[in-house]
Amino acid sequence: MLLDLTAEDKHALENIASKLTTLKKQRRNLIPILQMIQKELDYLPRESLKMVAEHLEIPESEVYGVATFYNQFRFHPPGKHRIKVCLGTACHVRAGDIILENFERKLEISEGETTPDREFSIERAACVGCCALAPVAIIGETVHAHMAPSKVEGLILRIAIEKEMAEREKQKNESGQE
Amino acid sequence: MPKLRVDGKEIETKQGTTLLQGCLDNDIYIPNLCFLESMEDPSASCRMCFVEIEGEKQPITSCTVNVKDDMVVKTDTPAVRQLQRTALRLLLSVHHVDCKHCPANKKCELQRIAKFLKVGLKPKGLERYLQETEIDRNHPFINHYPNRCVLCGKCVHICRRQHGQSVWTFAQRGFDTVISAYGEAGASSLTCGKCDACVKICPVGALTFKDVQEDG
Repeated sequence: MLLDLTAEDKHALENIASKLTTLKKQRRNLIPILQMIQKELDYLPRESLKMVAEHLEIPESEVYGVATFYNQFRFHPPGKHRIKVCLGTACHVRAGDIILENFERKLEISEGETTPDREFSIERAACVGCCALAPVAIIGETVHAHMAPSKVEGLILRIAIEKEMAEREKQKNESGQE
Repeated sequence: MPKLRVDGKEIETKQGTTLLQGCLDNDIYIPNLCFLESMEDPSASCRMCFVEIEGEKQPITSCTVNVKDDMVVKTDTPAVRQLQRTALRLLLSVHHVDCKHCPANKKCELQRIAKFLKVGLKPKGLERYLQETEIDRNHPFINHYPNRCVLCGKCVHICRRQHGQSVWTFAQRGFDTVISAYGEAGASSLTCGKCDACVKICPVGALTFKDVQEDG
């Protein structure tokens, strides 16, 4: 499942296109260019791989091959709320994979993907360093300790409610100003 | 022309050729999957073409050694066979063994090597690990079967040799490595015409033209 570009992404891509023209057409520049794009956009959209291939005059498949080899490159934009499920040794023992599965089922995306509204993305983490609290999930900057499958729905619901409340507040303010 | 001794037999080969090619030219079969004649820099990635050379401590891949005068080579020592059998078993453990429905049945290099090394096609003791994708249909003319592919890279190599650039590439890594013509849906950008080099060179039945019957 690939998501469409947002207006911001398109704007950033145009920036990258103009930046590319200043870079030398050498194959050894491939990884630095990909890193530059990821830094700007936080991910590598399909369109960007095509741009790079055209610029370096190599097949798109080659760019794709290199980009998929390295873990540092991602192909889905990060969601507004990045969910990281720890699968380190301690969390693995306490069934972190079941927590991951629950998030995947609830949000209907797989690990590494982003929901179509770009609200949530799911990633796996190797170890976040608080093994005593296993299994652990991190949403945004908050660590959620002793995760259980039953807590997954509540966490997502809370974020949805918070968002709704913020919107209502905003509407109230706007109507108050009129 | 260098003269060497292989398995007690005196053979003569071309100058500057690889040991593997030299042996094959003289009807001495050494199992191999990823080697192509006149390859500039053999990748030696299939780990099949091991031989023992006098003066070397360990078995060596014969595709990466050039022939030398008075070389003494053995192709079927226990150490060599053990390495080859293990490599083949590992390949078969990630291979969807369904020869009956495979277009490469009876002309398959894996079958040939398994017969030669006397290894069963369904080796015991190794977990079977198959890719989720049965058929990759992204290429406009060619279907790719990741679970038949042995990742020898011959298609990548031959495409690059014939066209300067390769449509095929290795994507992902580790167990997830696949041959891909650009990922999920990039078929339109391919420059592929009517050349059949990659389908022809495939030692197993991993690449087939779309109009050929598709089983499974």
